[in-house]
Parts: sequence; structure tokens; C-alpha cells
Amino acid sequence: MLSETDVDRLFQALADATRRDILRRAVTGEHSVSQLAAHYAMSFAAVQKHVAVLERASLVTKTRRGREQLVTTDPTALARARELLEQVEDLWRHRVAAIDDLLAEEATGAPGRTGHPQH
Amino acid sequence: MPVIDTEIDREGLTLTVTAEFIATPERVWQLWADPRQLERWWGPPGWPASFPRYEFEPGGEARYFMTGPQGERSAAWFRFETIEAPHRIELVDGFSGDDGEPTDAMPSMRMVVEIEPSGGSDGTVTTMSIRTIVDSLEHLEQITSMGMVEGMTAAMNQIDELVA
Repeated sequence: MLSETDVDRLFQALADATRRDILRRAVTGEHSVSQLAAHYAMSFAAVQKHVAVLERASLVTKTRRGREQLVTTDPTALARARELLEQVEDLWRHRVAAIDDLLAEEATGAPGRTGHPQH
Repeated sequence: MPVIDTEIDREGLTLTVTAEFIATPERVWQLWADPRQLERWWGPPGWPASFPRYEFEPGGEARYFMTGPQGERSAAWFRFETIEAPHRIELVDGFSGDDGEPTDAMPSMRMVVEIEPSGGSDGTVTTMSIRTIVDSLEHLEQITSMGMVEGMTAAMNQIDELVA
């Protein structure tokens, strides 16, 4: 479970487009801070600050290799895989509920119970 | 009717979700065959999906996008590999680039959908199982980080509304 402070940090970390972009890159493997910085029209120091915010929210970890600092997501692979598959599972639970509403609406001619958006 | 079973196979990076519906297999098949029906249940919470292209046939492709609470768009695609009405669909689902077209830079996953009659005195209970197979943890990370970012954006917008 995340504490309220953890959640605040997480939200704050994800509230910025550059940080979301850094996170997307970090999940695909190791990148040094300077490699990441090359993608943005801002200083190395500014990118380093963004990485530090992500690190405080436990979204990335930083390891030093020689003169480089490598940014990655947590490498405890199996536990992570389960966590991630559970997110996919949540999405399917939502979809099944939406299908139920659709079928129920048809059976009764009334709008679905949980009011999924019509479009 | 709720989800009746889920199974996670971590090493195989596979998730199987099984749900039961009070409907015939033919009716459940329409949830996939008709893109207007698919649009009503495919998108994550707060991100309704639209399918402007939908070729429901073996080798056919689909393009879709999901629209977020602030009008952000996330584009994606299907490629149908097997379609055996009304029982089995195999497809590949992937994220698109900014132009809405598939790109190797974005992750994809394979889905196997099986629809079977499962009882009911009048034959109207149907089981649908969906197996989602991801080829690497790296791809799974990408797929869910996108979902997470979208979910968080939606949650943040709700908070914005509360405090406004």
C-alpha cells in the first residue's frame, strides 16, 4: 500500500509531460541522464531534476556506472510482471462490466446500470 | 455477470480472464464483430475508444484511438489473424505512433478470444475467455506505463474538478 505522501509524490511526478516522457523511455531499458537530456530542449541540470523527482516517487532507480548515471525502472522482473499483469486484469474487469451493461440495456431496453458513457 | 476467473502466468507473461454472460454465443460474438458495439466497452475508464477502420476478417486490420478527459488521443491498432465465427478470434493489439499508424517502436500484444456456450436450460449462458500474451517484460512495462499514465491523468483531472 502506498501512503498518502507516496501518492502525492506519484501524482506530482506524473503531472509533468517531460517526466512522463522520461518514464516512457526508462521502461525500455537503461539510459544515462545525458542520453535522456539529448531529447529535450532544456539543460542537463533541468533533466537531472526531473529524474530526481521520478526517483523520489520510486518510479525509476538511478545507478552509477563510471562517470554515467543510468536511469531504469525497477528490475525485480517477476514481481513487476505480476503487478503489471494485474493492471491489465483490472482493465478487463472494467470491460466485462461495460459488456454486462450493454447486454442488460438490450434485455430491458433501459440504460445500463453503471452509466458507462455513450458515444 | 462478473469475471469468473483470472489466471496470471508470470513467466509466460500471459493473463487469462474468463467471464460468463447471459447471452448466446452469437450475441457475444457481435461484441467483437460490430465496431459500434466494441466502442462501447473497449476503452479504459475515462478513455472511450473509436474505431474508424475495422476489417473484421482474417488478415484484416483496424485503427482506433482513445480520447482522454482533456481531449488527448492515444492511437492504436489491431491485426486479425484468425476469425472463426462465433467461437474464436486471434488478434494482435498494438500502440500506434503520432500519425495513428503501427510502428515497431511501440509495443504490441497478442490476444486469443474464445467464446463457448456454457449451459443455461435455454442455451443462453456463454463463456468468453481472453488470453493476453506479451512477448517480453519490457513490452509489458511499456504497455502498462502508458495505461498508468493515462489512468493517472484521468485521476488528476478528477481531482482538479474537486478542488476547482
